[in-house]
Amino acid sequence: MTKSELIQKLADLYPDPRLYHKDFERVVNKIFEEMGSALARGDRVELRGFGAFSVRNREARVGRNPRTGAAVNVSKKNLPFFKAGKELRKRINNNISQV
Amino acid sequence: MTGKTVTRIDLAAAVYREIGLSRNESAKLVESVLSIIETSLVNGETVKLSSFGTFTVREKNERVGRNPKTGEEVPITPRKVLTFRASHALKDLVNSSNIESNHSSTDITKTKDFSSEFYAEDIKSNLNNLSEGKESLE
Repeated sequence: MTKSELIQKLADLYPDPRLYHKDFERVVNKIFEEMGSALARGDRVELRGFGAFSVRNREARVGRNPRTGAAVNVSKKNLPFFKAGKELRKRINNNISQV
Repeated sequence: MTGKTVTRIDLAAAVYREIGLSRNESAKLVESVLSIIETSLVNGETVKLSSFGTFTVREKNERVGRNPKTGEEVPITPRKVLTFRASHALKDLVNSSNIESNHSSTDITKTKDFSSEFYAEDIKSNLNNLSEGKESLE
């Protein structure tokens, strides 16, 4: 499923005359934009049942070019990280479509 | 750890500010977006959200595990795991401000301002050196 398919499914779920397709697009974009900027601030995003996003720090290290074996300095960086929630993990294993 | 945690409530508030629906309706929209994603993943689909990331369900085969305490061998049943791969845009965003997680961002902006001032000083002194050099040539 892509983002546009997600937007379409959301629109199908809310046959509201006040809302246009473009509004659902804004809703979906806003949600992920908000999550992204939280992570950019170094905050956690915790969605009970779904999972949690956090930022992990990686220290600077000396890496190697796997082809040449040459040492390369890898500077420190932050990585987005996701841990699936218990409920979703269970549902994925048991193919439970609705709770 | 002093970092803040963003929850459904914050996401609903952001949607509320974005479009003129009630808070209650905004919260419902957030919940629906999450549940549409969940249903898709439960059905084994991959969910690709451009400029955010990709959720994939991966199948793991059975393997032999070990109870770390007793050293006893235990079979680990085949299972499905949910993985998330952040998009390049999200990775860049997380590195954009050079902050370590859980640090307040205000201090960092101050540091940044200082460095640009120092940089400006460098340029000025370089320019002075250049014009001095020019004078001595003349």
